[in-house]
Amino acid sequence: MDFILAALDYLLGIPPLGWGMHVGLIYKALLLLVSLLVFTAFILLADRKIWAAVQLRRGPNVVGPFGLLQSFADLIKFALKEPVIPGGADKILFLLAPLLTATLALTGWVVVPVGPGMAIADINLGILYLLAISSLGVYGVIIGGWASNSKYPFLGSLRAAAQMVSYEVSIGLVIITVLLCVGSLNLNDIIVAQQEMGLAHMIGLPQLTFLNWFWLPLFPMFVIFYISALAETNRPPFDLAEGESELVAGFMTEYSATPYMLFMLGEYISILLMCAMTTVLFLGGWTSPIDLPPFTWIPGVVWFFIKVSLVFFMFAMAKAIVPRYRYDQLMRIGWKLFLPLSLLMVIIVAFVLQLTGWGWHGGMA
Amino acid sequence: MTVEANVRNFTINFGPVHPSAHGVLRLILELDGEVVERVDPHIGLLHRGTEKLIESKTYLQAVPYFDRLDYVAPMNQEHAFALAVEKLLGLEVPRRGQLIRVLYSEIGRLLAHLMNVTTQAMDVGALTPPLWGFEQREKLMVFYERASGARMHAAYFRPGGVHQDLPQALIDDIGVFCETFPKALADIDSLLTENRIFKQRNVDIGVVKLEDAWNLGFSGVMVRGSGAAWDLRKSQPYECYAEMDFDVPIGKNGDCFDRYLIRMEEMRQSTRIMKQCVDKLNAADGKGPVSSLDGKVVPPKRGEMKQSMEALIHHFKLYTEGYKVPAGEVYAAVEAPKGEFGVYLVSDGTNKPYRCKIRAPGFAHLSAMDFLCRGHMLADVSAILGSLDIVFGEVDR
Repeated sequence: MDFILAALDYLLGIPPLGWGMHVGLIYKALLLLVSLLVFTAFILLADRKIWAAVQLRRGPNVVGPFGLLQSFADLIKFALKEPVIPGGADKILFLLAPLLTATLALTGWVVVPVGPGMAIADINLGILYLLAISSLGVYGVIIGGWASNSKYPFLGSLRAAAQMVSYEVSIGLVIITVLLCVGSLNLNDIIVAQQEMGLAHMIGLPQLTFLNWFWLPLFPMFVIFYISALAETNRPPFDLAEGESELVAGFMTEYSATPYMLFMLGEYISILLMCAMTTVLFLGGWTSPIDLPPFTWIPGVVWFFIKVSLVFFMFAMAKAIVPRYRYDQLMRIGWKLFLPLSLLMVIIVAFVLQLTGWGWHGGMA
Repeated sequence: MTVEANVRNFTINFGPVHPSAHGVLRLILELDGEVVERVDPHIGLLHRGTEKLIESKTYLQAVPYFDRLDYVAPMNQEHAFALAVEKLLGLEVPRRGQLIRVLYSEIGRLLAHLMNVTTQAMDVGALTPPLWGFEQREKLMVFYERASGARMHAAYFRPGGVHQDLPQALIDDIGVFCETFPKALADIDSLLTENRIFKQRNVDIGVVKLEDAWNLGFSGVMVRGSGAAWDLRKSQPYECYAEMDFDVPIGKNGDCFDRYLIRMEEMRQSTRIMKQCVDKLNAADGKGPVSSLDGKVVPPKRGEMKQSMEALIHHFKLYTEGYKVPAGEVYAAVEAPKGEFGVYLVSDGTNKPYRCKIRAPGFAHLSAMDFLCRGHMLADVSAILGSLDIVFGEVDR
């Protein structure tokens, strides 16, 4: 890693060890940004490839070997196209919305520990920060739909607003159950807690770390979180905001060229953020599934990458298989099913923890 | 003093270019929030004046126009026209010709139902079934091509019979297809029928009571979905449908889901009929001519023309002037995949139809959009539209 940072120093014209901390932050952030964008490019391709495979198609296979460079070709295409701004649209807001979506999606990644101690900002309110940032994401959609001054985007953004707010609630409650078990809002602590306590320790096989992870004891919450994450990121079967068969392309109908690309980019980065959150909260983050040599040789970053990819695979499969919910059905699931269920689980988990004294007692808190 | 608020419903244009408008349909939707208050279908964007054009064509030249009505199942339309002309001429189609017609009508039914069932799934957001279904459609279109030379616009059913005999290899291949197709159908079935979301989107949506269905002029799957066992193939059998063994599935609730189930079952029944056709074509009494031997209507074989003066004259006359049809009026209908497809033909004794009225089932179904959609939500509009099985070629004509 050091030689990359040194090379970056050289490229940026920064004298080594010159500005201390701040410089460190800059290249850490740059490194994250670049690797995240490249990862997104390939995740986009993976999404299309998986979808194609389910549908007995080949998927993109022209640009580069196996279509590997497809996303970059798309990037160039979008960037070179003329952005069309509808006559009645509010120009400033119209262009601000995609910027907001993309920026907010990227901002969330600041606190995600992609490896041991590898979060750019290892703040003690990490999970709260994530929740806040992902809630703000809805503004991009609302502003975009409203500023287009067009009917389909307007309906799409109304739906999106209601949907994202409803599922925010159940996501919040799911996070609370995890917090109860860990006793800390720091993402690193949540990961460490999943390694240091749990079922594997109870049955006397502490090497089987994957049994420790919260997906097992909090399985219902894991499922609720996965489904809510689908809804939160407007993925099928909850892609009502851009429901193709009713609303053409929803809030994105009037967008083209770079602003459209920013929307798509923001969407995929927030999907990845949700995958990362699932990984951190339920799948033990960067820890290896079995705490024994061949597995522990693989660095934490790689484990994190593998887990995020696996969760994303689930996202992609859901897209390929399921039909779309209707607006009222979606709201019903959110408020009448997930909310009471997750509330109940919070109470149960709290009781169990209180009565048995289980839970993690290390860390900062 | 009360202030009168001027509340206006939200009106949106659904189409003419819309991903789930099934062609060039323009619906004007009046919305109260997400609830549909009124649906106003505007049609005619694909109007080509088919009926009028047919009046200036000979009877043979009129055939290809029927391919272009419901272009999802072209031969079924030709069938109705051929039946009408044959009725006027009093022409008998030889058995092999009848068997081939039934075989290809059922292939057409598969083509149409595969298209409709899978796009109905697409209308509720499942994007995978269409691609699974289209793989099977592709095979069927190849059968079309091997019989007639064209994948869609076949012009294969002609007054008097069918244009050419089927090669034995093609009949064998259709037999093989009948064995493999049910499995492909089961795959699509497993993806949709028990799917919770698909059910939630279709059950109790767009309900038609049987009485309403009759009043609205529905036919085909639309009345069978509401519980009437009305199928022209059973109730007034044409060709050799009488000797075929098949069931007519009917629904209970008349909702989108019942219509979906019926179409799935009809595909299985069609496969059954196709199997029987293949067996009968291979049997001894299934051999013979494929079209009427009346040289005044059906053109001679090419080989015959080289030998026989009479055949040459017939050929020349048939492809220039055409044949004269005795004066009279006739209505002939077939059970097309979408419902009762009828042709009302008026002949004045010349070589061209005086009038040719086409009764397209989709037209009546589409007219009921307002009745079906009122009070449903916006997303249901596309679900209902999907279950109506609309093809604009026949609605707009």
